[in-house]
Amino acid sequence: METDKAQIDIDRSAGDFSYPMNYEFDAGTGLTEATVDYISGVKEEPEWIRDFRRQALRTFFKKPMPTNWASRDLENIIFNDIRYYLSSGTKPKRSWDDVSPEMKQTFERLGIPEQERKFLAGVEAQFDSEAAYSNIKKVAADQGVIFVGSTEGLKEHPEIFRKWFGKVIPVGDNKFSALNAAVFSGGSFIYVPPGVKVKHPLQAYFRINAESFGQFERTLIIADEGAEVTYMEGCTAPKFETATLHSAVVELVALKGAKIQYITVQNWSNNVFNLVTKRGLAHEDAEIKWIDCNIGSRLTMKYPGVVMKGRRARGEVISIALANDGQHQDTGAKMVHAADDTTSNVVSKSISVGTGRATYRGLVHVPKHLKGCKNNTECDALLINPHSRTDTYPAISVRGNRHAMQHEASVSQVSAEQIFYMMSRGLTESQAMSLSVNGFVNDLVRQFPMEYSVELKRLIELQMEGSVG
Amino acid sequence: MSLKIDNLHVSIGEKPIVRGLTLEIQPGEVHAIMGVNGSGKSTLAKAIAGHPDYTITSGTVTMDGEDILGWESDERSRKGLFLAFQYPNEIPGVSNANFIRAAVQARLGEGEELDAVEYYERLYSKMDELGIPREFTARSVNEGFSGGEKKRNEILQMMMVTPKYGVMDETDSGLDIDALKVVAAGVNAQRGPNLGLLLITHYQRLLNYIEPDFVHVMVDGHIVQSGGKELALQLEDKGYDQFREPSPALVS
Ligand SMILES: Nc1ncnc2c1ncn2[C@@H]1O[C@H](COP(=O)(O)OP(=O)(O)OP(=O)(O)O)[C@@H](O)[C@H]1O
Ligand SMILES: [Mg+2]
Repeated sequence: METDKAQIDIDRSAGDFSYPMNYEFDAGTGLTEATVDYISGVKEEPEWIRDFRRQALRTFFKKPMPTNWASRDLENIIFNDIRYYLSSGTKPKRSWDDVSPEMKQTFERLGIPEQERKFLAGVEAQFDSEAAYSNIKKVAADQGVIFVGSTEGLKEHPEIFRKWFGKVIPVGDNKFSALNAAVFSGGSFIYVPPGVKVKHPLQAYFRINAESFGQFERTLIIADEGAEVTYMEGCTAPKFETATLHSAVVELVALKGAKIQYITVQNWSNNVFNLVTKRGLAHEDAEIKWIDCNIGSRLTMKYPGVVMKGRRARGEVISIALANDGQHQDTGAKMVHAADDTTSNVVSKSISVGTGRATYRGLVHVPKHLKGCKNNTECDALLINPHSRTDTYPAISVRGNRHAMQHEASVSQVSAEQIFYMMSRGLTESQAMSLSVNGFVNDLVRQFPMEYSVELKRLIELQMEGSVG
Repeated sequence: MSLKIDNLHVSIGEKPIVRGLTLEIQPGEVHAIMGVNGSGKSTLAKAIAGHPDYTITSGTVTMDGEDILGWESDERSRKGLFLAFQYPNEIPGVSNANFIRAAVQARLGEGEELDAVEYYERLYSKMDELGIPREFTARSVNEGFSGGEKKRNEILQMMMVTPKYGVMDETDSGLDIDALKVVAAGVNAQRGPNLGLLLITHYQRLLNYIEPDFVHVMVDGHIVQSGGKELALQLEDKGYDQFREPSPALVS
């Protein structure tokens, strides 16, 4: 029993720890073309990628901050105070025994190797800029599944990598996708051959260890015709005084009849600006499903999208956002219908606690020449107390009348009476609140793999504990 | 050993509602409070249970000698006080079984885990006793329950957490005759030397099924008359006017 207790205590620290590191490679502080060249140099990249990065950097500098519609808090990101690349080498280890002690200990405290043993088909563990560990189980590898870091994907599988890289999310999509394109490092490259159904999930874990650091992983997943894969990502960072930036780009390609499920459970500490662009391209009869749980961070801006390019393609976004005191979760979904008979579904639930603010931004686009498209959008907000805030900005542009669109939104509040009722049964205030919150998201959480629903439940409890008293 | 309310004054905002109420309930006893609408019965019940909006301006409430007024409502509950609500709240998305389980778990010591099998066995047997269908374990707490179903669910919770003192605020209102008998039988089965009960009711009928040892009449925030169960009959017969203080207009 004693050891069990110790295990729980580690979980409760929720990733708030860090180790002093001597990084072998450090691009220094600030962002110039030299930074980009340094990163490219360390990675020994081909010329086309170096040009790609340089061009992206120019796009990044040119593009204004989107403060005309988004939070002004973005202005508090001082790009010149951030460190853009920190690593101790670009080659991830295939065995945990070879991983450096600090990194190994970090991931052990977060429970990654244990999860890998129990229920994953492959794991990549990124520590600051590069993967420290990356391994795929033999069964999956034997089926021809590729699961490596972006650097390795680019080097070892250029024919597939280059075909899709940057095609789903163009460099200039937004200021932060341009930034990522300029300085990207880490992230996963996955290819699943035709007809292969990867039985267990592949998992990546993104860990920020250094202060004043920016993490810019880049993930590209391609499921060939009829293939199926589930990918899960988790992320944490310690609490630092200074702001940390996390700006990822994730591109998914589901070819004819393929299925990709992408699950995120983020638990960033509240100094992290989390500005992520995620989009998938679904071909004929393909299905892309984003399950996105946003907990923590100072400001999260993330609107996973699906472009339904082939007939009968399906896109889905299931998202849960919890904005605690001082946090802003600005999340949503983008559904672009680009073929007949395509179907999209968006279910978003947000919880605002204390001064926390949750914003939903949705976009559903159906051009005029299509027919038979369906969208269902449902966004529900839960306010824990009267200071919390929620806003909904649904943008539905549907041309033509041969489609079925449905939109529902609700705002509810956990009332003092409800809390009193639960407390009068012996539950503490924080237990009462986490029970209400868990009840609110329950119907969504039931769709998650078991291990993740347990983790999410625990994270919600942790958040509510911190918010009471 | 008793739940002892001594000269209790309770205000909501600036408004005094309970005004000098004294009552002592010994384990094993059943007390009934009857009183006109708005006389402060529910206010009394919630104040004892620790509702944060209800200010105790003076007086004391002790449970087995311990002052409970400094405790949060959850602590009062865990120490053995139970309130069956007049208007139970709904908790969307939380299954009844999980909710009651959390309440039972909250009474265990640190590190003690509830045995799930035993818990469900006990839950099912109490549900059977109260005539609650099994599907109610999976439904969200009180959500979409009929008035009577909510009341039954309150008693189910009371049975599951086995309090030392139970306050039942108009549990009979909303119950049909058959349900009233079933619930009364359930409560009677709980009766015994380890449970003190305070029933708040408007109807003498309930007291035919759960026989009280004492009946109190509440008017304007305090008890104006106490007696045995015959007092309830007398009330049924003559109404509350006999106990009302003459209005100032008449006095002058
Ligand atoms: N939150 C509140 N704010 C203001 N007044 C309140 C509040 N709650 C109760 N009151 C008032 O306090 C008085 C007593 O209410 P209470 O609910 O205790 O009466 P009761 O005796 O239980 O009545 P009933 O028999 O109708 O249930 C009423 O006049 C009521 O309007
Ligand atoms: Mg009442």
